[in-house]
Amino acid sequence: MLRNILRWALPLAAAYGIVLLLIEIGVIDNYLFATMMTICINIILATSLNLVVGFTGQLALGHAGFMAVGAYTCAIITMRVDGIGGFLLGVAAGAALAAFLGFLIGLPVLRLRGDYLAIATLGFSEIIRVAINNMEITNGAAGQSGIPRHVDWNWMFGFLALTLIFLWHYIRSSHGRRAVAVREDEIAAEAIGINTTRVKVQTFVIAAFFAGLGGALYASYFYVLQPNQFGFLRSIDILVIVVLGGLGSMSGSIIAAILLAVVSTALAQFTDVRMIIYSLTMVLIMIFRPGGIMGSREVSLGILGKAFGDKKKEVTR
Amino acid sequence: MKLTRRALFGTTAGIAIASTLAACSASPGGGSGASGDKIRLGVNYELSGPVATYGQASVAGIKMAVKEINDAGGLDGKQIELVEYDNKSDAAEATTLATRLMSQDGVLACMGPATSGNFKATIPVADDSKVPVVSGSATADDVTVDASGLKEYAFRICFNDSFQGTIMAKFAAENLSGKSAVIVQDNSSDYASGLAAAFEKEFTSLGGTIVATEGFTSGDTDFNSILTRLRGQSFDVVYLPGYYQEAGLIIKQARELGITAPVLGADGFDSPTLLELAGAAPLNDVYFTNHYSPIDEDPAVVEFIKAFEEANGEQPNAFHALGYDLGKFVIDAVSRASELTGEAVKNAMAETKGFTGVTGTFDMDENHNPVKSIVVIGLKDGVQDTSEKVG
Repeated sequence: MLRNILRWALPLAAAYGIVLLLIEIGVIDNYLFATMMTICINIILATSLNLVVGFTGQLALGHAGFMAVGAYTCAIITMRVDGIGGFLLGVAAGAALAAFLGFLIGLPVLRLRGDYLAIATLGFSEIIRVAINNMEITNGAAGQSGIPRHVDWNWMFGFLALTLIFLWHYIRSSHGRRAVAVREDEIAAEAIGINTTRVKVQTFVIAAFFAGLGGALYASYFYVLQPNQFGFLRSIDILVIVVLGGLGSMSGSIIAAILLAVVSTALAQFTDVRMIIYSLTMVLIMIFRPGGIMGSREVSLGILGKAFGDKKKEVTR
Repeated sequence: MKLTRRALFGTTAGIAIASTLAACSASPGGGSGASGDKIRLGVNYELSGPVATYGQASVAGIKMAVKEINDAGGLDGKQIELVEYDNKSDAAEATTLATRLMSQDGVLACMGPATSGNFKATIPVADDSKVPVVSGSATADDVTVDASGLKEYAFRICFNDSFQGTIMAKFAAENLSGKSAVIVQDNSSDYASGLAAAFEKEFTSLGGTIVATEGFTSGDTDFNSILTRLRGQSFDVVYLPGYYQEAGLIIKQARELGITAPVLGADGFDSPTLLELAGAAPLNDVYFTNHYSPIDEDPAVVEFIKAFEEANGEQPNAFHALGYDLGKFVIDAVSRASELTGEAVKNAMAETKGFTGVTGTFDMDENHNPVKSIVVIGLKDGVQDTSEKVG
């Protein structure tokens, strides 16, 4: 039991402490900190999308829509309710509303498969974006500006840890096993009594919840929201992190989110060749590691697990 | 085998992160923006993404202004150094890069981004770091001042959208003797709705009437249904706030349907694409407000156009001119600042009086907006034929 808790608590505590120390001694300045915030938000978005695409095997392309719902809800609430209470209310409401919309959308759409599901989810995320573009409360195309910044390292890390711990345990629970069964063979899963629609909707709602959470944190860190930030390309960006990291590997998503941010940051001053090198990196990773950086393996926790003498536990494909 | 591969990945990732940290901490820390004989200014523009043309044009103008100053020996013997980043037309990236420019590169002032939303995303960073940000083309009304008050470290050197709408309404009522107007606006952009609201307000207060309002969405290509509805009504002018992609097609289709009334627009018309889309014949009796006109005979403008064409091989558009003025404006403020700190430069910017640029002469008002004139351009067979300074 203790060992199990240590498996996730130790690396998280270590990551938290190291970053805090680096901020204290001034190695992490405002800019590196802003980059880290982007990484953390991307990790939340990518790991939650991985739950749907990597573990349940359903190709969904609408993550940006749920992110937008969370972001706008949080922005609208924090601009009207002051203080940390408003922030927490905004985050909770953003995530909950995204999850609710995920449920409404998921129920009819998840009966589709493959390409059809991808197109349907893409369509719904566009509907969300266009609705935001035309609503009074979201301030239309001009978007929201002057959103108070509440997110600091403690809040961000707290929500990131919450996401990772939840998803980590969910995948290893019977729910997660059912999801993997659906991915491996939907008919076989149904034959052994798994309610596949229920499994799919459930993972979809959870993913939407965390996408909303990620969006809410995004709104509370980056001051400005515009509908065009949540277009089709944002969904693709998140999917790219998932695929690069490895479908069905949480730690892969984390590594890919960090790697892409590092590459993008390092190239920021080479404005003309930036996107070429960035894209080339992705092509090379896909050529040399077609299953993604991690495939479906997990890294950090596995190594720690070894150190504590556990047998390696994998969610194999 | 598996373990070694895993270890390999761990190590690579570790090295990658460590080297970035080292690289970043090695770069100069935040400070005065003037190290030795150089003055550093930040350039945070949309060099890729959907509005890259605006960013690239602005940066070309800025670079030309800086080159002129540096070739003439710099500012008090100090060369101007630009630190240039691409924000990919993304607001969050604009925030991050503003942070980078101010904390790591230690710039004295930041220029850009070009669009209002992205510019707004850098303002809180500027207030935190006490480094001024200036945009050459953020025209939304609430950029430098909003319900929560003045943004102390934000400036712009262009007029705002409601001013454009107001001037065009005056032009329609007085110069064109228009009594009735229809508005055809782009419903998907805040730019167009701001223009339309200001036009309607001024036009009705001058005794005119708005006969009808029609809307379209950016990306539309067939406007025959709305134009057919308009054809049956009688009106003197059409106000068409929107960008050149749709405006070009609307003007073409309107003329084909026999709508001959003058078409009025704003700075969104300023692109060679307008002529490509509409063709020469429909582009008669078309007027739009703009920041500057290439047919202006002011000697400063003529000289700028000549120098720009020599350096870049194309005629400068309004974004080039605004970028050029932006570079000159920031350097002018630095030269007037009591010391080389962000705060002193900010104060110098706020006190600007009678700054002369290609896009006009202006004072900075208490809301950090320039008080400047606007140009109304008239097209004849798709070519700029008349230009008139108003306001």
